[in-house]
Amino acid sequence: MRLILDLARGMLSRRRRQTLVSVLGVALGVAFFIAIASLMRGFQTYFIQQVIDVQPHIVIKDETRRPLPQAAELALADGAVQINGVKPRDRPRGIRAAGDKIAVLEAIPGAAVAPILTGPVLLRYGSRDVSINVTGIEPARYRRVANLEKDMLQGRLEDLRSAANGLIIGDALAVRLGVQMGDSVIAVSPRGVALQMKIVGIFHTGLVSLDQSAGYTLLKVNQTLQDRPNVVNQILLRLADVTRAEPLAREIEDRFGDRTESWEEQNRNILTVFVIQNAIMYSVTGAILLVAAFGIYNIISTVVFEKTRDIAILKSLGFTERDVQVLFLVQGVIAGLLGAALGCLIGQLMIEGLGQVRFRTETPAGNDRFLLAQDWRIFAVASFFAVASAAIAAVIPARRAARLDPVQIVRGAA
Amino acid sequence: MTLLAAESVTKRLPEGVTLVSDINLSVEPGEFVAITGPSGSGKSSLLYLLGLLDRPTSGRVLLEGRDTALLAPPDLAALRLARLGFVFQFHFLLPEFTALDNVLIPIRRRGALKPDAAEARARGLLAALGLADAAAKLPEQLSGGMRQRVAIARALANDPVLVLADEPTGNLDTKNAAAVFDIFGRLAAEEGRAILVVTHDADLAHRATRRVHLVDGRIVSDERS
Repeated sequence: MRLILDLARGMLSRRRRQTLVSVLGVALGVAFFIAIASLMRGFQTYFIQQVIDVQPHIVIKDETRRPLPQAAELALADGAVQINGVKPRDRPRGIRAAGDKIAVLEAIPGAAVAPILTGPVLLRYGSRDVSINVTGIEPARYRRVANLEKDMLQGRLEDLRSAANGLIIGDALAVRLGVQMGDSVIAVSPRGVALQMKIVGIFHTGLVSLDQSAGYTLLKVNQTLQDRPNVVNQILLRLADVTRAEPLAREIEDRFGDRTESWEEQNRNILTVFVIQNAIMYSVTGAILLVAAFGIYNIISTVVFEKTRDIAILKSLGFTERDVQVLFLVQGVIAGLLGAALGCLIGQLMIEGLGQVRFRTETPAGNDRFLLAQDWRIFAVASFFAVASAAIAAVIPARRAARLDPVQIVRGAA
Repeated sequence: MTLLAAESVTKRLPEGVTLVSDINLSVEPGEFVAITGPSGSGKSSLLYLLGLLDRPTSGRVLLEGRDTALLAPPDLAALRLARLGFVFQFHFLLPEFTALDNVLIPIRRRGALKPDAAEARARGLLAALGLADAAAKLPEQLSGGMRQRVAIARALANDPVLVLADEPTGNLDTKNAAAVFDIFGRLAAEEGRAILVVTHDADLAHRATRRVHLVDGRIVSDERS
């Protein structure tokens, strides 16, 4: 085998320029793959991180996935029953037996649990009315499932407790209403309850929808405001291990019957976009590697064509067809390996270069640069495909070389 | 034991052309045989058949008593590697490798010697052919006669019992051609190897101990001196 390697190296080194060109082709394919993959992966990871960061990992809602079965359907499960004109029972909404469920959920290791009650509220300040969504929270629990505390510009979550009917709102909403810290506003719920509330905090998340029309108050206060005493309409969970969210959500739904959504389900549309994005990336870089593979096919073919005499003499000396085939396959693999190594180097440089780029735009998340993932697996995948495609490209000329008949070549030369 | 025996060997091309027909020939160790004949008489074709590079259409070739028709291609290759040596009209040295490396290729392929011993053997062969100083040179740095001698050294690399040469002096001047035949004579007389040389040069053929003359693929004379 050492001999075959030496022979392969000798044959390639003789055609240094062509070898370099085809190696460069592979290298560029690998480098682009690495750069694009790390860009995409970086962006996607960041995006998912953001999603995971700002949202609870699991939301339990006060609804069921399917309408509740009617009594007649249950009683006559196999019968040909059709029920028309069913009027849904006017059932008070809210998660039933929320306290017991919270106790069960809190027993899950690595899970933080927070019950909330959300509802629409009209805020009135002077002559201005703004309709917002108010979330009633228990600060001690809520801070463990959400990032609101980090986003506070003024005031703290605890201030909700110190002031009677305290309210925390987004900075954009504060501007729209024209209120400042300490101002009192009138809050009116759809049930007609009106409360005078005091602004005890202002937050900025970067998400316009939240900053413009969200408010937080104590759970008890919102229950009074919505006229739904002791009702909780969502339970939020945050997990130490986010990958457990989806299976755990299914488990909870099976157990309680309440509609339970993991962060993956809530962001399925975005995750689907990522899948398509990855498919595009793989096809583009696959095309580059395909072109590179043709380069390798070309050089190995040329070498075989030029080396017919050498092949003839090797076979007459006692090299088998297999030896000859391996000899040229090895040349393809060497070109692939060199290309992969060079490509990893160029790819790393491209990543470093892209990392230096700064944008002049003010994005909501405050990013001014590419987000790049540094993952050895990207390099491994790119290198593997480069070497594999190089080997495949070398197979056809290698087989042709192996089949050459030394007699015909020697006769032709003589 | 007869080293090489051809029994009614015939080679026909698929198109119907007969290259050699009904050849019966046996070669003993130490014999230096020149195969002569006009061009197109089938002498090279006969050499390839006897050198196991080609298979006869009918008849059989026995090497050291073994019927080679029964062997699979890899076994034939192994037999060529261990027992036979080839020299062609063109030296066919690999241009990327030095004279020494070229001689080492068959030795390394066979793998019977340790690297040190292999190199010592290759250097010894080169020295015996007056090429001690050429070991580190590339083929393109050598003269035609020297290249052909390196090719002979390569043919001898695995200590073959039979050396087959196809017009080995075709590209050489008279002096170098005579030197090559002297080497072959020595290999046969002193080392007991059988030498089969195809040539169209009658003067050189007379340096051999036996001359087989071919016309239209048939042996017309077989004389010993």
